[in-house]
Amino acid sequence: HYAAAQKQAEPAVLQPTPQPKDDFQEELVVRPLHSGDIYASFQFRTLWETDFMRGNKVSHYRLFPKSLGQVISKFSVRELHISFTQGYWRTMQWGQPYLPSPPGAELWVWFQDSVTDVDATWKELTNVLSGIFCASLNFIDSTNTVQPSASFKPLGIGNVTDHRFLRYATLPREIVCTENLTPWKKLLPCGSKAGLAVLLKSEKLFHSSFHSQAVHIRPVCQDWQCKTTSWELRQTLNVVFDLHNSGQGKREWSLFKMFSRTLTEACPLASSSKIYIDITDNPEQFELSPATSLLSQAMVLGDRRTFSVYDLTQQDTFGSVRSLNLLIRWKSTEGDMLRPLLHAERYVAGYGLQTGEIHTLMYNHHPYRSFPVLLLDSVPWYLRLYIHTLTVTSKGKDNKPSYIHYQPSKDRVRPHLLEMLVQLPPNSVTEVTVQFERALLKWTEYTPDPNHGFYVGSSVISSLVPSTVAMDTNSTRERPLFSSFFPCKEESSYFVRVYTEPLLVNLPTPDFSMPYNVICLTCTVVAVGYGSLYNLLTRSFQIEEPSPGLAKRIANVIRKMRGVPPL
Amino acid sequence: MFLSERRRGQLAALSIAAVVIIVGVPLWWRTTETYRAWLPVSQIKELAKLQLQLSADVEVVFARGTVTPEQQKKVPLTQTQEEERAIDGDLIILFLILLIRNTKLESKFFSCHVLFLPEDTALSESPCGSLVVYVIPESSSLLPEDVNVYIGQRRTALLRIGPQMRVGKTLEQLLAHLEPRIKQVLQVMSFSHNDITAALSDRVRFSPDNKESIADSMRAFKSSPGYEITFSLLNPDPKSHRLHWDIEGAVQTYIQPLLTKLSPVANFSIDSQTLYYTMLGVNPRFDTSRSAYTLNADSLAHVINPVEARLGSNAASSNPVLNFLLYVPDAQHSPLYIQGRKKQEVPSNAFHSPRWGGIMVYNVNGFYGSEPEFPVDINIDMAKVMGVFLAQLRLLLGVQSSTPPPGFLVARCGSTGLADWELDRLMWSRSVENVATATTTITSLAQLLDQIGNIVINDNIAQQVSSAVTSLQLAVAELEAGNLGFALQYSKEAILASEKAFFDPSLLHLLYFPDDQKFAIYIPLFLPMCVPILLSLLKIVSEARQRLEC
Repeated sequence: HYAAAQKQAEPAVLQPTPQPKDDFQEELVVRPLHSGDIYASFQFRTLWETDFMRGNKVSHYRLFPKSLGQVISKFSVRELHISFTQGYWRTMQWGQPYLPSPPGAELWVWFQDSVTDVDATWKELTNVLSGIFCASLNFIDSTNTVQPSASFKPLGIGNVTDHRFLRYATLPREIVCTENLTPWKKLLPCGSKAGLAVLLKSEKLFHSSFHSQAVHIRPVCQDWQCKTTSWELRQTLNVVFDLHNSGQGKREWSLFKMFSRTLTEACPLASSSKIYIDITDNPEQFELSPATSLLSQAMVLGDRRTFSVYDLTQQDTFGSVRSLNLLIRWKSTEGDMLRPLLHAERYVAGYGLQTGEIHTLMYNHHPYRSFPVLLLDSVPWYLRLYIHTLTVTSKGKDNKPSYIHYQPSKDRVRPHLLEMLVQLPPNSVTEVTVQFERALLKWTEYTPDPNHGFYVGSSVISSLVPSTVAMDTNSTRERPLFSSFFPCKEESSYFVRVYTEPLLVNLPTPDFSMPYNVICLTCTVVAVGYGSLYNLLTRSFQIEEPSPGLAKRIANVIRKMRGVPPL
Repeated sequence: MFLSERRRGQLAALSIAAVVIIVGVPLWWRTTETYRAWLPVSQIKELAKLQLQLSADVEVVFARGTVTPEQQKKVPLTQTQEEERAIDGDLIILFLILLIRNTKLESKFFSCHVLFLPEDTALSESPCGSLVVYVIPESSSLLPEDVNVYIGQRRTALLRIGPQMRVGKTLEQLLAHLEPRIKQVLQVMSFSHNDITAALSDRVRFSPDNKESIADSMRAFKSSPGYEITFSLLNPDPKSHRLHWDIEGAVQTYIQPLLTKLSPVANFSIDSQTLYYTMLGVNPRFDTSRSAYTLNADSLAHVINPVEARLGSNAASSNPVLNFLLYVPDAQHSPLYIQGRKKQEVPSNAFHSPRWGGIMVYNVNGFYGSEPEFPVDINIDMAKVMGVFLAQLRLLLGVQSSTPPPGFLVARCGSTGLADWELDRLMWSRSVENVATATTTITSLAQLLDQIGNIVINDNIAQQVSSAVTSLQLAVAELEAGNLGFALQYSKEAILASEKAFFDPSLLHLLYFPDDQKFAIYIPLFLPMCVPILLSLLKIVSEARQRLEC
């Protein structure tokens, strides 16, 4: 070691410290739901002014996690969205989530247009991601990957719309648990040591009705004119707690009851650290303590909501006990929720193990506006869709889709992909049905538990839904008359993505000792045939004296006893 | 009539048996056999003996005043020196040294450039793996009094003739005098018995006399075609310290020149990260006498594991990772010093872990000032940090800084941090190590395939194996010819091909196909078919025997 043998570091040289090019924000939104459940949504955002594109070698990381950065630069990823969800989001009871996700694992990636072999890169990427997130993403292969033509557009900047560079796959059977949460938490700059992430205790998070964690990476604009771009890593975690049913019976919740932790500090690396409580229905239904004077209004999912804001970077938020334990107390159980305007469900009909029918129902609850929706269905090859039986009906009438993109499946190679643009009439139910035949798999293709059934991933419905604010005819009362004749366009619609339930379909399942039985049976039949043939060929035949009959023999015995010569 | 009927039956039985044997058995054999491509087994067995010959070209230049002009004409053009060393039984290493006389340059060179050391001139350019030794007279003032051998930054050395070798001696005496000394120079600058033993440490049994070199080789990373170097700044206390490190500039200034120099040996990629709230695995002890916290050498082994979980593996490649951690202790545990085994202070405040990386503790309490207002902005002095990391990097990459024998003077390495001959030394041992590793891999693969008949050998595996064998043969041949650069290149190719063949997933497909299950499937068919055939054959044989006896 020829290092300088100095004990003490020299005093600081007064250099101007460089402005860091990365920024970290954390946020928690709590929304009491009308069903009595409580919805908590965490968002952690890291922005980094750097350039992963054009072959630049990015190698020095500060707040952005190194493992994800290496993935982006190695696989030339433009956008990456991955989510792991346990449970199903009940839109009719809970309203729209801030970030929708289907049950199981979902991954969709836009590659940069410099990638030549997208399929090979995709395969390698899924393997690496399955290592990073401890999930079975390595089961993503060509049989469950599709290239949607319209449903998944890039969410960041960039005008690449050639869907050759898009891959979408879901694993509806994936089970999400602690081993997926730990690597997800490790990507946060403060880990689970400080800031909002201390609340993320797996024993509480997985004791819930719904749990969803996601990672979204995309390039975004840094400023208004988009002169510089930066990369955004958004880690989100959504959880719905069912505290009312879990024993207490009282409608009273606190951070400590939900997460068995209270907050004492913000993450020191975060430039902003806030808790939002949706108090739009306050004070009629519940009260908050400690109260805050900070209020914020925002347009969320087409609705104008009011939030109480707790800024964790301010010391006085924590009060004299230096710890923040938010308490929400419900006063009454009444009150009705605004019905979500778009809602969908799906089921399998039919009987027997040969054919069946997939029904997808899409509800438009808007009283007087119709709007178009994009429906995406990806069905595995072992359900052979009869596309000629595809019918779309609403209000008893045939509803002709204005755009249909259908890619038929190939056995053991790729799934069916069906995309449709359907206009949903106001206040109606639109039903899409398609018949299918169940294929018989090879005996090695069955899952270890084949009688459980086979999962078919959720349908994805993407739409621009008219805003409820625009629907509100009473809004003219609060506004000056001159401003309210034409409906305001900016707020008039918002983007919603709805996932249906995944399907569980039973396939004809053989008895798995069958191959051996068949071998034995065939061999026995062959052996019997062969044996008789062999006998016929090799035996020598002789004419034999016919043996005397039974009666004659008995008679002979008697005659012998009597001493008479036999017959 | 009776006899002919019997005869017909016998003939039928015999022909059925013949059909079964001629058509049935080969058909069954062909349809159920596993595909096994041809492997060069004999060549692999040949390689497994690992008879390596290393040869280095040594050019010897006699300066004026060492030999008379008449003697100079008589100096043999080439002279070969062989040295045979057996390492652990069947492995035989031949050191082969070529002495080449150079008659053109010596007088002019030393008269003009008496003040310059040889590496300053363009004359000393020599190919990778070779050496130039300049023999200078005893009275020369080029070297200090007590120095007999000077080793330059390039592949050159100055050798002073001993006092007993006056001008009057014969040429044979002079050469006999020079020979052991040149060998000594070669051992310092190219390879020695110990280096080669260390490089072959996987194959050689541990013996007490090469303990030192084994320890060296266990510290250094195994030879690999590429390395990932990761610098991590650990900040357990971001509330008090806001750390700034110019890692990008420091890597450019300090690390990159060394890695550029080392690029023939392996590919390197560098990245860095900052990790917050990472704690060491042990609680430092407070030393009241120094009013500082100390970490004992014994507890250092427990430091790494908890940190390792946060470091994260490299997602983009499977090369070995060299970790260099800069740990800034939190404000409550500051300053923190590492204590050696004998309770003495470690001046660099750093330590390294063999085949893993290095950790340096960087105390920042000097930055606090009298009235610290947290968080404190701290600019890390990268020159100090990188000095330590560079030394650790050299150790971990196996650039040995063994102490030269007495009377040797070694030039200080220049801006790149690595002399040419040090690179050569590394390349020699890496080539030998690669050849040994690839040979072991290929041999064990061949053995495995030989032992388990169920394994399918696809054409691509056979191709990988043959290309590995070809590269190995080429590497061995290049080592023999003294072309170090090519030898290293071929040995790297051999490693890549052999590992690819060894870890190919297609080898596993039919590995677990137990024999009892196979028989359970065959018996229902084979038993009823074979029993009548066998019985009738036995009957025919016994009848024929009876007829003979009659």
